[in-house]
Amino acid sequence: MTAQVIGQDDHDPVSNAAFGFWLYIMTDCVLFASIFATFAVLHHNYAGGPTGKDLFNLPEVFAETVFLLISSVAYGFTMLALYRNERGQVLRWLIITALFGLGFIGIEITEFRHLIMAGNGPDRSGFLSAFFTLVGTHGAHVSVGLIWMAVMMFQVMNRGLTIPVKSRLMRLGIFWHFLDVIWICVFTVVYLMGAL
Amino acid sequence: MATEALFGKLTFSAIPFDSPIIMGAVGVSLLLGALVVGLITYHGKWPYLWREWFTSVDHKKIGVMYIVLAWVMLLRGFADAIMMRAQQAMALGATQGYLPPYHYDQIFSAHGTIMIIFVAMPFFIGLMNIIVPLQIGARDVAFPFVNSVSLWLSVFSAMLVMLSLGLGNFSHAGWSGYPPLSETQYSPGPGVDYWIWSLQLGGLGTLMTGINFFVTIIKMRAPGMTLMRMPVFTWTILVTMVLIMLSFPVLTVTLALLTLDRYLGMHFFTNGMGGNLMMFPNLFWIWGHPEVYIVILPAFGIYSEVIATFSRKRLFGYRSMVYASIAIAVLSFGVWLHHFFTMGAGADVNAFFGIATMVIAVPTGVKIFNWLFTMYRGRIEFTTPTLWTLGFIVTFCIGGMTGVLLAVPPADFVLHNTEFLVAHFHNMLIPGALFAYFAGYAYWFPKAFGFRLDETWGKRAFWAWLVGFYLAFMPLYALGFMGMPRRLVYYDDPGWQLYLEVAAFGTLVILLGIIFQITQLIVSIRRRKELRDLTGDPWNGRTLEWSVSSPPPFFNFANIPVVEALDAFTDMKERGVASTHPAEVHSIHMPKNTPAGVAMGGLAFVFGFAMIWHVWWMALAGIFGVLATLIVRAANEHVDYDVPASEVERTLLSLRGQR
Repeated sequence: MTAQVIGQDDHDPVSNAAFGFWLYIMTDCVLFASIFATFAVLHHNYAGGPTGKDLFNLPEVFAETVFLLISSVAYGFTMLALYRNERGQVLRWLIITALFGLGFIGIEITEFRHLIMAGNGPDRSGFLSAFFTLVGTHGAHVSVGLIWMAVMMFQVMNRGLTIPVKSRLMRLGIFWHFLDVIWICVFTVVYLMGAL
Repeated sequence: MATEALFGKLTFSAIPFDSPIIMGAVGVSLLLGALVVGLITYHGKWPYLWREWFTSVDHKKIGVMYIVLAWVMLLRGFADAIMMRAQQAMALGATQGYLPPYHYDQIFSAHGTIMIIFVAMPFFIGLMNIIVPLQIGARDVAFPFVNSVSLWLSVFSAMLVMLSLGLGNFSHAGWSGYPPLSETQYSPGPGVDYWIWSLQLGGLGTLMTGINFFVTIIKMRAPGMTLMRMPVFTWTILVTMVLIMLSFPVLTVTLALLTLDRYLGMHFFTNGMGGNLMMFPNLFWIWGHPEVYIVILPAFGIYSEVIATFSRKRLFGYRSMVYASIAIAVLSFGVWLHHFFTMGAGADVNAFFGIATMVIAVPTGVKIFNWLFTMYRGRIEFTTPTLWTLGFIVTFCIGGMTGVLLAVPPADFVLHNTEFLVAHFHNMLIPGALFAYFAGYAYWFPKAFGFRLDETWGKRAFWAWLVGFYLAFMPLYALGFMGMPRRLVYYDDPGWQLYLEVAAFGTLVILLGIIFQITQLIVSIRRRKELRDLTGDPWNGRTLEWSVSSPPPFFNFANIPVVEALDAFTDMKERGVASTHPAEVHSIHMPKNTPAGVAMGGLAFVFGFAMIWHVWWMALAGIFGVLATLIVRAANEHVDYDVPASEVERTLLSLRGQR
């Protein structure tokens, strides 16, 4: 710490923002941990309603998972293009990332719609409340990520790869990969352990 | 129906015209509000307030605004306290007091929520905003704009609570809002929703503050200030920020789940349909217990600064102070179950949590002894901050011992939910936290405003608070042993009444203390010329905040100080390098003011209000407004500017010119 050279123009805002964002991600971990804990408490509280075995369509969820993983890989290519300062490539990979993200959200909404139409909505049982909340919270995060991505596409087009834009793209990347990690846990704990 | 789509559940009957007490309170609040607004308008101060304060991202101004919020809400929360004490003092037998039960329940719920979330939190967050960047030799916090958003989220969520007074009602389910009482089935009105949304929005602001100050302290310390050279107050704040980051997301989740139960008919905490209502107290106190330490650790930091300064000695056992803070923080996450030993988790579980709770007394005891040894053979000056500290040490020990008593599960089974508990936690929070904030207020006031507070009135306020505290809360311990439950609206045991009358009298003595504090402020402002602090170091302080002028220039330090020891400023004074006059100045990079923070707070208020009254279009408008403000703000890349060296020089000279 003492070796750190601090001139008159104090501190590096990009590194502060990255550090702050990592901390935010950790608080989000706590948030998801609480919801996972809630799900763990309620996951057998069917209240006479359907169980995970009755409801989950694993091939569909697997497709969903593949979509999200591909979008994460695509975001990796966005970052590679960013390091090479290739604006067009950054934009292209952002669009691919967003399309797969949208596909993920699309499948999730379809799944939710089918469940609700069949009378198995979140008000059916404690289990379903926890299911919808856990999966839905992840989905809400992905949706916010997509809005953020749209804003970033706009900024990349309009102002190019400036330092604030680069810093935001890096943080969006952290966010996007983090949601992947959360999804792996959701897939395992909710779907695999629920359906098998 | 069209009106329902437009106004949700909001109708004219939401205004409690039929309740003279509430309408009286609304009238007084509106009158005071109108008086303030009228005075500001009369003096034409709105443009000044908007330019220099509301849109400010300066941590010192944000800190002052936080403390103003805390004081205003303290008056409101204290008005609730007086009403409750008056009710219980007279509610024996057939008289049943003057408050109907439903109203009384709202008062104790509002009192708890306000005192914790809108008094204790903003008070210490305000002090830390003013002081921490100065103590670590930084020019601002890591994210000045986020800081402004946090402030306005707190202010506007406090306004939601105030609004509940005249529009609808507040929660009647206690500040902890346990289901099933807080579920729609038993609380269909907007009260619980007011509680949910004010806590939720305020909590988000606090979470952002937690991240902001953690980054500030870790990344922006002056060169040479290693972790173990940080002032103790900064250390306790660092630990507190960790607690905030780890615990507030749990509050967010807890409130969100209750929201889903209430708004979408889910079954997290319901009695039937697979809900599990004991999950709520677990989740609530996983946040709630660390929250207790979130308000108390900064207080320990303040006491440490005050006692070292006014004993004219270096703090005894600095390292053990730091490690004790960390130990308290770690342990605070392992004790939540002691809030509901009676849940029936079994003897083993209760024993674990009981012992964990008692263990917390060890690091806390270390701190008490450190403060005592700091005073030992010191040249103690009995200033107002010292008095608050001494009052704390003695009184807090009593509260601590009753806490250890409650940590014994069998004893807790007897005393659970009685006035004994009420006495215990007030015993911790008033002398523990509030006295510290008052000490910090008196101690750092000259730094923020350039003149000291009047000592005579400060000391009078202290004695009134101290005596009033003992009168108000010691009888409650006895009542607890006599079996009086907490939150009781009326009773038929004549043996209790005398104790409750003494408690009510104690509250009046505390009222006297508050009146003295208001007098102190007025007297000090009128005598500000005599009380002016010309040196920037009125108390012969030990840490860097005293090395700059009072008030500090907006950029804090013309040149970033270089730290070579713990108690950096004392060290500089001893080495004779403590001049506030820089040899040469350079241009400085500073953030620009922005209206985006206050706009986001206001729009979040619109969102919360709309959610409470089920006005869905307005809720959507509010949330999109917040998002749009954020996107517009992100599009602006000119968020800071260079202060030229000539202006730095001019600012320094003008601050010196005031002397």
